[in-house]
Amino acid sequence: MNANQAEKSIGIVIPKTLGFDQPLLLDSGVTLESYEMCYETYGTLNQDKTNAILICHALSGDHHAAGYYDLKDKKPGWWDNCIGPGKPVDTNKFFIVSPNNLGGCGGSTGPLSHNPLSGRSYGPDFPIVTVRDWVESQARLADKLEIESWAAVMGGSLGGMQALQWSIDYPKRIHHAIVIAAAPKLSTQNIAFNEISRQAIMADKDFHEGRYTEHNIVPSHGLKLARMIGHVTYLSDGGLHARFGRERLENNARFGFNVEFEIESYLRYQAESFVERFDANTYLLMTRSLDYFDPAQNNNNDLKLTLAQTSAKFLVISFSSDWRFAPSRSQEIVRALTDCEKDVTYSEIKSEFGHDSFLLPIPDYHRLLHAYLGKI
Amino acid sequence: MLIKNLRREHILVANWIKKGSRVLDLGCGDGSFLAALRTEKQVSGYGIEIDPANIEACIKNSVNVLQTNLDNGLHDFENDSFDYVVMSQTIQAINKPYEVIDEMLRIGKEVIVTFPNMGHWKCRLQFLMGKMPVTTHLPNTWYSTPNIHMCTVRDFNNLCREKNIDIKSKTFLDTHHNQVIGMQLLPNLLAEIAIYRLNQPLDSQKSDSSFA
Repeated sequence: MNANQAEKSIGIVIPKTLGFDQPLLLDSGVTLESYEMCYETYGTLNQDKTNAILICHALSGDHHAAGYYDLKDKKPGWWDNCIGPGKPVDTNKFFIVSPNNLGGCGGSTGPLSHNPLSGRSYGPDFPIVTVRDWVESQARLADKLEIESWAAVMGGSLGGMQALQWSIDYPKRIHHAIVIAAAPKLSTQNIAFNEISRQAIMADKDFHEGRYTEHNIVPSHGLKLARMIGHVTYLSDGGLHARFGRERLENNARFGFNVEFEIESYLRYQAESFVERFDANTYLLMTRSLDYFDPAQNNNNDLKLTLAQTSAKFLVISFSSDWRFAPSRSQEIVRALTDCEKDVTYSEIKSEFGHDSFLLPIPDYHRLLHAYLGKI
Repeated sequence: MLIKNLRREHILVANWIKKGSRVLDLGCGDGSFLAALRTEKQVSGYGIEIDPANIEACIKNSVNVLQTNLDNGLHDFENDSFDYVVMSQTIQAINKPYEVIDEMLRIGKEVIVTFPNMGHWKCRLQFLMGKMPVTTHLPNTWYSTPNIHMCTVRDFNNLCREKNIDIKSKTFLDTHHNQVIGMQLLPNLLAEIAIYRLNQPLDSQKSDSSFA
């Protein structure tokens, strides 16, 4: 962290952990007898406890959304450009709670955690959790923090799906749902990409049916491949071209299969660093909960009927070049909301950075969030 | 925002709108029209905008705004879902006004359209001098104007006749946004802005059922 970064950031943050002994019955029918939730908070909860915002993370995110753990950290939390003093999610005004989801690998109970029933780590035995399960666990976290209702629940991608689920499951506990680069359910193509990613992991010879930690190894090749596939789909063709073009490390072709193009080097580097921080079983779990997300399923596939029970105000945001969660998918949510006469504002932000746009400090996007959260 | 602080044309339109009704405002700008209607007439509904700066302004006015390109249609709205669909000085800038009017009539029980009148004498004078009109109201030159479908009061009347649209009422404003009697008699020559209240075609199925 340099001086300039420190000035604009919330600064040093410390993750906290809370234990939960009340069993959690999951959508799958499996019960999690006890679990821990790891989370960070930024800002101060006001006396009336009306200024709390819940940040929901996406597939590869965790609870470290803003600030630094150490002065030597090169990178801040994943949404530091958006959360902090004077930033769109202003820590001078709001109290922000950012948990790691169950099944994650950032500190909350997940595949890497110790399973009290078997005496070893959960690994592949960790039950598949759904977006609804996450909302339930986050609601229990809110109870412990004595937050009766959220001023806003917000997130991008899978995080946006959680915000949407919150508005359905706990209409009285959420005043604003900020749903960014999300969809009311995955498209067939999205499920297909997830399946390819999972196959890459599970086909790795080091996967060992998910018990790789017991063999002191990780299925790094498969996880890297999964990340590369994901990464490319989160960017746009135009964005990739603008950044890397056909640039090569050396001018001439070497007529082999080692890294020659900049894009190859970038993908490999990103994949390497991903393997260092992410667990393969968590990747499998998270992609599955994405696949399963479909809140209208229990309402005869009628999204309008599903959202009719909500009472939050909505801000829905999409990005023009996002083809993984295209603007048309956000518009499905907006249409269902306008059909039942809900308060909703929708914006399609012009951006060439694809799905990953939701993580970037795009001026129009941040101005919009700033304006919206300024009115809460 | 109060109705009396709106621009004259919007004040006139606001006076027609019933309390507690639902309004869709196409090309809603900074949302001040909807904000004033909400404050004084408990109106609900949405603004439609395309410009990011206006979206931000609407948010600051606490107006529900949907970023949509009107040229892509209004198919996301159900039949008769609004009491009023309003479009203020926007029709001349859209690609397919002919189709948008149909959509407005489908979605709204009543449609209010305002547009700059190309038949105004100042425009005619400039035409006589062999130039495309540039006026205080239409300040852009032909090569930079967003206004691609200009029409006159007579043109608009003809469109309504062709589509069998029921014109509930119309009124006209001059440069100073005043309603002068002479202008109501010779609107195509003297009016700078025309305001039309439209109902669905009398022979359409939709209006049949609404009369039933």
